[in-house]
Order: sequence, then C-alpha cells, then structure tokens
Amino acid sequence: MKVSKFLIPLVVFLGVSVFLFKGLSLNPREVPSPLIDKPAPAFSLPLLHENGSTLSTNDMRGQVWLLNVFASWCGPCLEEHPIIVDFSERGVIPVLGLNYKDNPVNAKRWLERHGDSYSSVVVDLDGRSGLDYGVYGVPESFLIDGDGIIRYKKIGPLSQADIEADILPLVDKYKR
Amino acid sequence: MTPEIGHFAIILAFCVSVLQSLFGLVGYARGYAQWMSSVRRTSYLIFFLTSVGFACLAISFLTNDFSVLNVASNSNSQLPWPYRLAATWGSHEGSLLLWVLMLTGWMAAVARFSRGIPTEMISLILGVMATVAIGFYLFMLLTSNPFDRLLPPAADGRDLNPLLQDPGMVIHPPMLYMGYVGFSVVFAFAIAALISGRLDTTWARWSRPWTTVAWAFLTIGIALGSWWAYYELGWGGWWFWDPVENASFMPWLCGTALMHSLLVTEKRGSFKIWTVLLAIITFSLSLLGTFLVRSGVLTSVHAFATDPERGVFILGFLVVVIGTSLLLFAWRAPKVGLGGKFQTISRESALLANNVLLVVAAASVLLGTLYPLFLDALGFGKISVGPPYFDAVFFPIMAPAMFLMGVGPLARWKDSPVPDLMQKLKWSFIVAVVSALILPFVMGDWNVLVSIGLLLALWIALASIVNLSTRLKQIRSGRTVTLIRALSSIPRSYYGMLLAHIGVAVFIVGVTLVNGYEVEKDVKMSIGDTVSMGSYTIQLDSLEDLTGPNYDGVEGTLSVYKGERLVEVMYPQKRMYTVQQMPMTEAAIDTGFTRDLYISLGEPLNDGSWVVRVYLKPFVDWIWGGCFLMALGGIFAVSDRRYRKAGSSSAAATSAP
Amino acid sequence: MNLPSILLALLLFAHSPFLASEEARPLAEDPVLEERVKAISYELRCLVCQNQTIADSNAGLAIDLRNQVRDMLKRGMSDTDIREFMVARYGDFVLYNPPVKNTTVLLWLGPLLMLVIAGVVAIRVIRSRSKSSASQDLADADINRARVMLAESDEKRS
Repeated sequence: MKVSKFLIPLVVFLGVSVFLFKGLSLNPREVPSPLIDKPAPAFSLPLLHENGSTLSTNDMRGQVWLLNVFASWCGPCLEEHPIIVDFSERGVIPVLGLNYKDNPVNAKRWLERHGDSYSSVVVDLDGRSGLDYGVYGVPESFLIDGDGIIRYKKIGPLSQADIEADILPLVDKYKR
Repeated sequence: MTPEIGHFAIILAFCVSVLQSLFGLVGYARGYAQWMSSVRRTSYLIFFLTSVGFACLAISFLTNDFSVLNVASNSNSQLPWPYRLAATWGSHEGSLLLWVLMLTGWMAAVARFSRGIPTEMISLILGVMATVAIGFYLFMLLTSNPFDRLLPPAADGRDLNPLLQDPGMVIHPPMLYMGYVGFSVVFAFAIAALISGRLDTTWARWSRPWTTVAWAFLTIGIALGSWWAYYELGWGGWWFWDPVENASFMPWLCGTALMHSLLVTEKRGSFKIWTVLLAIITFSLSLLGTFLVRSGVLTSVHAFATDPERGVFILGFLVVVIGTSLLLFAWRAPKVGLGGKFQTISRESALLANNVLLVVAAASVLLGTLYPLFLDALGFGKISVGPPYFDAVFFPIMAPAMFLMGVGPLARWKDSPVPDLMQKLKWSFIVAVVSALILPFVMGDWNVLVSIGLLLALWIALASIVNLSTRLKQIRSGRTVTLIRALSSIPRSYYGMLLAHIGVAVFIVGVTLVNGYEVEKDVKMSIGDTVSMGSYTIQLDSLEDLTGPNYDGVEGTLSVYKGERLVEVMYPQKRMYTVQQMPMTEAAIDTGFTRDLYISLGEPLNDGSWVVRVYLKPFVDWIWGGCFLMALGGIFAVSDRRYRKAGSSSAAATSAP
Repeated sequence: MNLPSILLALLLFAHSPFLASEEARPLAEDPVLEERVKAISYELRCLVCQNQTIADSNAGLAIDLRNQVRDMLKRGMSDTDIREFMVARYGDFVLYNPPVKNTTVLLWLGPLLMLVIAGVVAIRVIRSRSKSSASQDLADADINRARVMLAESDEKRS
C-alpha cells in the first residue's frame, strides 16, 4: 500500500508536537554545569571569621565535601539555610560556605541571625572564584570528592529531597 | 457587577460558538438549509458578546477596580488612562481576550462581506472559525479567566510593567493580533474548500483579499514592535531574533508566500494543493506562536509569565486543530485536480521559486527557534541559538528571493522567453551593479555587504520602473492615449504590487545602510562638555530633576550643532518608576529622512558627570518606512474595484501584461 | 584693553558656543579595546536574563562577565580563548552563535538541506508542468459563465 505523500505534513507536525510536549516539563532557564566530573577550580580565599587567614581547595583534599555558595542579600539562600545548617550539623561531610559578592559585615550578621554551622566560610568579594565555578545565581551547591573532582551541582535552594536522593548516595560512593 | 457581566458575556459567546460550529459543520453535512443560513447571524452575535466582555474588562481597568485580580496585578491608580486601557491586554488573560475579540471580529467581517459566496461554503467557513473560537473560550474560562476576583480588593495595583507604559503598547498588540488572527480566515476558507471539494480559481479569488488585509496588519504590527523596541530600550537595536519575534515573523513569511501562491491559483488554477497546505501552515504558525509565548517552553523578554499547565491545554488544542486540518488535507488533497501548464521560465515558476525561498526561510527560523528545545528534550544538553545563526542563515536564503522580485512581475504567464526578459532588464541590472559599487564610497568606506544590499534594493526599484514603463508602452501602442489616462487605466492592484515591492527595496536600503554605517559613542559628560558625531557637535547644557505621574528621574538638555548653527535640542530622560522600582531610559531621538540622532542617558558617575550614549543611525527610518509602504501596497491592492463587486460576473482580471 | 580687542573677543565668544567647553572623554579608557569587548559581548548570553546578550544587559552577572572579557583581552587572550573560557564554565548555552558539533550539524546544515530538497521538488514540478498535458478542472458552470462574460465584453467593445 502506498502511503500518501500528503501525510508528510501531519507526520512532521506530530513529531514537533512530541518535542513541544516534552519541552513543557523542561526548564529552559536552568543551565547545566559543564564541570561535572571535572576538577574543581582551585581557589585560595580569605576566611570570613579569621582575619588574615586563607583557605584553599588543596586544604580540602582527601575528603568529600559540600561547597555552598550563598549571600546575605539573597532571598532563596535564607530559604535553604535551615537545611544547610541541619545537614552540616549531622556531620556527614564538611560543608564549606562561599560568601559570594557580599559585604563581610552583613554576612557575619546574617550568619549570627540564622545560624552558622559551616566548617568554614570563605569570602569571594568580586565573584571571580564563583565565575570559575560557573556560578550565575545564588544559592548554588557543589559536591566535591576527595580527589577534587566535582560530582554534583545543585542550582537553587537545596531541599531535603536533594540531600537524601542525590547527595548522600554520592557521598557513600566517593567516600573512602 | 461589571466583571460578572463580562464573564457572563464570554460564557454566552462560548455557547453560541458551539451552536455555530454545530450549525455550520453539521448543517453542511446534512444539508440543513436553515442551520446553514443562520451562521451569519450567530457570527454577529458572538462578536457582539465578546465585545461586551472585552468592554467590561477595559472598564474595570479604566475605573481602577482593584477587586479584579487582573487589574490589581497589571494596573495602578497613578497609571495614565491610555496605559490603563492598554493594560487590558497587557497580561496573558487579557491578551487572550484580545485574541478572541479579533477572531470574532474577523468572523463577523466575513459574515458581512461575503455576499457572493454560496451559503454552503459560508456555512463551512464560519463553522470552522467558530470551532477555533471554542478552543480559545474554553481555555480562557477554564484556566485563564480575566474576570477572577481578588477579595478583599487590593488597595492599589502592582502597576503595568514600565517597559509597556508607552504609546507603542496601545497600538502594537492590536495590530499584531489583527494580523495573525486574520490568517484564520484563509485557513477557514482552505478547510471549507477541502471539505466541500470546491477548490478552484473562484476559491482563490475569495481568499486573496482576506489574506492580503491580514498580511498588511501583520506587517504593520511587526514594524511597530520593531520601532518600539528601537526607541524604548535605549540602545537602538530593532530586531533580536527573539523567539516571540520569530513567532510573529514566521506567519508573515508564510503569509507573503501564500499571497503570491493565491495569485497563481486565481489566475492560472495552478498550485491549488500547495496553496491550501500553505494556508493551513500559516495559521498553524500563528497558533504555534500563541503556544510558544504562553507555555514557558522558551525564554524570551516578551513571554508572558505563565505555567506549563496552561501550556498543556494550548498544545492539546494545537494538536486537535492542526492535526485534524492536516489529516483532512492528506485525505482530500489527492482528489484535487492539477492546474494549467507552464514553461520552465515563466511567471508561475518565478512565483514557485519565491514560495520555496520564503517557506524555507520560515522553516529555518523555526528550526533555529526550536532547536535548543529539541536538543534539551533529547538529553543532549542546552545550547543557545541567537542572532549570529539567524543572520547567517536568513539573508543568503532571502537574497535570491529579492532578486526574483525584479524578474517575477515582468515575466509572462505560462511562458516567458529569456531573451525577452533579459532585454527588458539589461539596463536595470547594469545601472544597479554600477551604482551599488560606487555608492558605498559616498557613504563612507566600501563594504561588500553594503554593496550587495544596495544592489538588491536598486535592482528591485529599477525593475519596477521598467515594469511600469513597459506596461504604459503597451497601453499606448497603436493609439493616442495621454499619460494620465494610461496611468489611471491601470488597476489599483497593480500599483499595490509596485508599492509593496518598492517598500521592500526601501526596507533593504534602511537595513543595509544602518548596519554598515552606524556610529556609537559612549562618553562621560559634565555640564558644558561636547561630543562630536559625524558633522554634528552635541553639548550637554543641563541636567534637571523631573517628576512624572508615576515616576521620577533626571532629564538632560543637549543642544545639537552643525558647525556653528543650532540644529536641535534633545531631552533624554532617566526614569525610576516608583511602584515597580524599575529604572527606564527614555532616549531622545531626532528623526530625519536620512538619519536618526539617538541620545540616551546612562548612569551618573562619582565625579558628577553622566554616562551619555550617542548614536548616529543613517537611514534607519527607511526600515519602518519600507514596511509601511509594503502594508500600504497591500491595502491598495485590496481596494481594487474588482473586490468590491464581490461575486458578480465582472471578475475579469487585467494584471497580466 | 581697547575697543577693537573687546569687540574681537565678543565676536569670538558670540560665534562659538563651545569655546569654553571641553570635549567629553570616552567612557572606556581604551575605546579600541572596548569595541572588541562589545563585539565579543554580543555573542555571549546573559544567563540570568530573559534572552539578552551580556552587551545589552545591566544585570550584575552581565557586568561581571563584561569586566572579565575586558581583563582577558587586556591580558592578550584571543577571541577564541575567551569563548573557550566561558564555555568551560557555563557550557555551550552561553554562546549565541551555536558551535558546530555533532549535535548541531542538523541545525547548521538544515536550512541548506531544506533548500535543496524544496528546490528538487520544485524543479520536478516545473518539469512535469511544462511537459504533461494537465487537465483543467473547470466546472461546466464556470465555462458557461466565461462564455457569457466574453460575449458581454465583445459587445461592449463594438
């Protein structure tokens, strides 16, 4: 049976519709990170709480850790903060705070008010280190393994579900 | 009470649409004469009811009724009243109401201006249009009701986005919607033709004026949008290949192809199947545009903030309407006979080539717009497709089409001997090439793209002149006819065509010269400083605080001198809109026939000076002037006497040389 | 000061409105460099905006990225290096000019392919129309109407 060539427009249209339908469940504004499974960019930044000292990525070698980018001027950061505080208090892995393009005085005050259980907090005043990590909004979180490879990036506030479903299994996988 | 009346009117309109769809389609199938003859009256009723609904929403905006959620979200008591009116269609819900108002408006117009069309066909046509309307009413009533109440009412509204507080907002969306909703008419005609099997030259003759008017509106709508972006956004850009812009441009490209295809079908009976398919495609692109803008599937500055749930509804509607149409096409098209013969070089083949190029251009724009979505859906990551892609792909495809614009009108129907064509166009080509090579030196430095652009524009203009003079010669050969007599004997549709084509040439000149020779300077200015731009010297005289109805800010006074002579004083502003706390740049533009002088204020600097951006844009207004000429040409063509005597026997066509 | 010199001075001031004013300094310290910054910025996407280039946007991230581009140009990096830098951190999404890869072959070749296919189809149509004796679907009623019209216009002319 000869299939009519006049059916081609319909077939093309239905094909496009399938993609459009798929598109409805995607988020066109979320930018996936090209740094997954690649080495975490090195930084050496001043500590928020200890004047004069710095912390570098090298210091974190040998352990799995979470880098949490936050700022006092960021609303969603406040949203996720209780979860961050809770997670770091559990002591599963160290959680490092990166204070992004913020005023250190404001940052300290914000942490005092809302809780500070980060293992350390480093200050990225001009956002250059954040740029190296492909940060484009706050909050963002990165899971980095003992060899300094980024294994996971979360864009937006971290939720309990993210921790249970994504982060903890990866921690188990990469912890030695 | 008013919102409830409006809501009720829309519900009623929905119900009558269901009736009309039933009467129209089933009436045709069963041959119920009474049902079929009632559809004209129901069309008027639906339009009336929808107008009432729209008026109620507009009244709610004008009277600051903040108990209506839509008003509270999009308006404010300090908003000047024209913008309160425009805010009626400034939101997703409101603009849907505008869509359906336009649709029912066109439906009523078809009901009124179609005396020559047999009742069975009208029954189908209006039945199809009512079916489309049903989808929109349902969508509105179920998911996007503009009349939802906000209780307790807000004290004041959230204000209209400052970017939209502009005369452009008052006129651009209505024009745009008149355009691409207008393609629903030729779509309905096409479906009616497929169902009834009556696909002939008469069908094409009925469809053509409706298509042309919709096309003219769409041309103006897009041009207005482009011009608005130019003066509103502060840096003089006028086209960004943004998904929403593309959503209106694709129907325009296909609509242009459709107009030309209908011409062939009307005159020669050829391309019937293709024309019908193109009519379906054009309106489908309009519907697709509606989906893209509201579903959240693509990121755009123009997109309405809306959620994927609504997107599912629209997509479902799209699949039903377009899918059914294309299925109907696949089923009925093979039964349509072929049209007249024509030779390899003829007007038919030129128009066929025109269609191919325009539709491939539209398809390329669609490809670029949807490609990021395709890749993401397949899990291949995210990419962006922007102006570099579209510019690289679009112009090479359109250039041959523009070249054909010189040849096509001169080619004869059926068979156009090449030597004859070449003889007529020889001088046009030579003059165009020589001028295109020399002119860039006059403007500044030589640039190959500028040369190509000028060549195409000159070619079209000169070929059009040759066309007119050839025709005049024919009229006056062998008998004494005065020039005036000869000119007035040529039908308006011919002048419409010439005007529209010359409009394209004007447009090309504008784009070419502004891209090739625009100058920009970003400077720091203190009071008294000057900046030179071309032959102009511009001095900052003063900076003063200013207060508006719902904003405050700073206004600069800049004097423009040519040599020692004062040419113009310009007043750019930097505003802060108080409710939404949004800063806006109001550029000062000195419009001229051969250039725009464009000044916008940046930010104040620490040392008291201000950042000022000055642009010299040669021939930029030719861009929109050309679009205006195109639309005018379309209106001219439609006002031809032939169309006013709808359906009577004087359908003799006279445009073939 | 004698009268002629006063008059001369007045004349000079009267003629030139900007004798006492300064030429505005360019905003950028190096306008030539700035042109290059702009050219590259027009190709890079602002990730926090609704479809704008980092040249057009005043969002914080856009300004940061423009500064980053300027720094890199000052350090002598090439346009390609800069694009690679951005892509390494943000992925292909940051480029408005999609790179030619195996996933974008269809995008870049698509228009050409469509043109070729459409062209082939069109040529076949033209060939078949110029050779075959295609029949016209004219309804009898239409033919009769045409006869009537021709008769009418013949009458008018004579």
